[in-house]
Order: sequence, then C-alpha cells, then structure tokens
Amino acid sequence: MGLLNRMGTIVKAKTNTLMDRLEDPSETLDYSYQKQLDLLQNVRRGVAEVATSKKRLELQKAKLMQSRDKLDSQARDAIKSDREDLARMALERKTALDSQIRGLDLQIADLQREQDKLEATEKRLSTKIEVFRTRKESLKAQHSAAEAQVKVTESLTGISEEMADVGMAVQRSEDKIENMKARSAALDELMDSGALEDFTQSGDNIDRELAKVKAESDVELELAKLKAEAGK
Amino acid sequence: MIIRIMGEGQFKVPSALLDELNVIDNQIVDFVAKEDEAGYKKGLSELFVAIKDKGTPLGAEDIVESDIIVPPEDLTLEEAAKIFSGAGLIED
Repeated sequence: MGLLNRMGTIVKAKTNTLMDRLEDPSETLDYSYQKQLDLLQNVRRGVAEVATSKKRLELQKAKLMQSRDKLDSQARDAIKSDREDLARMALERKTALDSQIRGLDLQIADLQREQDKLEATEKRLSTKIEVFRTRKESLKAQHSAAEAQVKVTESLTGISEEMADVGMAVQRSEDKIENMKARSAALDELMDSGALEDFTQSGDNIDRELAKVKAESDVELELAKLKAEAGK
Repeated sequence: MIIRIMGEGQFKVPSALLDELNVIDNQIVDFVAKEDEAGYKKGLSELFVAIKDKGTPLGAEDIVESDIIVPPEDLTLEEAAKIFSGAGLIED
C-alpha cells in the first residue's frame, strides 16, 4: 500500500520510541502513564490556544465590520450630497473590506472545526488514560506471569499508537495556528498602515469632502437667508 | 480489522474492505506523483467515506493496535508528498 503503508510506518516508528523502555514492565507502565498525562495537558493547551486564536480573528472581524458600516453610511451621505464620485470611492473600499471579512469567516469556521476536533480528542484520550490506569494497576500486580507480559505489551502498543496520533494532531494544530497568526498579524499591519481602514478614521478624505460639501451648502443656505432678510 | 483515522480515532471494518482501500490508495499515489490536487483530495475523501460507511467507531475505552493507519482528513497534497519522500509528519 502506498500512502496508508507509509503512514503506518511513521506512526509505528513513533509508537516504538514511546515504548522504548520495556525492560521493567512495571516501570514502563508508570512511565507511559506519566507521558499520557503530559500529552493530555498538551491537548488542553492546544484547545485553549485555538480558542484564543479564534477570538482574535473575531475581534478583527468586528473591527472590519465597523469600518464597513461606516463606509456604507458615508456612501449614503455622499449620494445625498450629489457626490457620486465620493460614494463610488466609499463603495469600492467597502467591497475590499467585504472580501477581507469573507476570508476571516472562513478562517474562523476552520478554527471552530479544529477546536471541536481537539475537544473530541481530549475526551477520547482522557477516557483511555483512565482505562489504562486501572489496567496498569492490575497488570503490575501480576506481571510475573508470561500472559501478563503479553497484555502489558498489548496495552502499551495500543496506548502508544493513540499517543502518536494525538501528538500529531496537537502538532498539526499548532502549525495551523502559527500559520493563522502570521496571516492575522499581516492583516493587523494592513489595518494599522491605513491601507484598509484609515480612511474611515476622523479626518479621512471622504469625511473631509462630505464636510466640505455640507459646509458649502450651509453657507449657501445662510446666504440665501440673509438675502431674504435684506429683502434682496 | 481495525483502522485508525489520524485525528479521529479507530474504526472496526470488515477485512474485505482492504481491497477497495488498496485501489483508492494506489490512485492517491498517482495523484500525489502527478501533483494533481483535485484528484488527490477526491481520492482521500473516498477513503474516508469507504471507512466510515462500512466501519463502526471503536469505543473510547478500547485500547488496541490498528491494522491500518489512515492519514488525517485534512492532510494537504504537500504533506502527502512529504510522507512519500520519507520526511515524516511527526517530530521525534
């Protein structure tokens, strides 16, 4: 077999390193159990890490949504003031933000799936560890018998394979998060540099132009009023 | 026959499934060699459908070794190529 065979080889190699110390069965069982608890901690950290990353992306999204809403109302104001050019500019920027937001939505959904998967892994592993702990004590009590020795090996092989699997899941999750962090930092930079949202901050082009239009029409109104009062 | 899907857990499947999996596995090898991402993804998903359709998940309390180990469902073409080149997915 191709991919499956190689995958099996990789996991078996990892399984073997986890079972390296099989000279004293009792010691090996305890050692493995300790490793399992460490791994469970890793999985829990992984779940927390994914949740934090997801939160970060959600905050970014909220910020972009705010900018988007602002651009939307700017476009409306511009149309009211007969400034189609400004409205067009605002809508163009809004479209760019929309595509960023869609990208974030995909990443957030991806992280949610990752979190669900790791949580299921955590549950599965902690059940297995509990089963292993009970079995370990009964095996230690009878490990002199040859049959018990076989059972020790069986249990260790099974749990070690599980650990190789979980270890890899945690590692891939970390890689994924690192990747996402880099993208997220890039987006932050883009936002900070103003390429995405600076124009919605106070004093931006569209606001300034709209304020100018409003000021001009206010002046005209005032002028007309003064003219009317003066009877001209 | 026990199959482990990495990241998901183990399934008990009828031994007869092995032939079907072999056919899909060989296709995946070709797709990876040709760097055909669409074909590779399709092959990989067929693998999971076959296993989940015909298999039953093992309980969390079962601690047994698997006969076959299937890579995680979201394994990228790049990662698959790495596996074939001998560079493992799991750090030592």
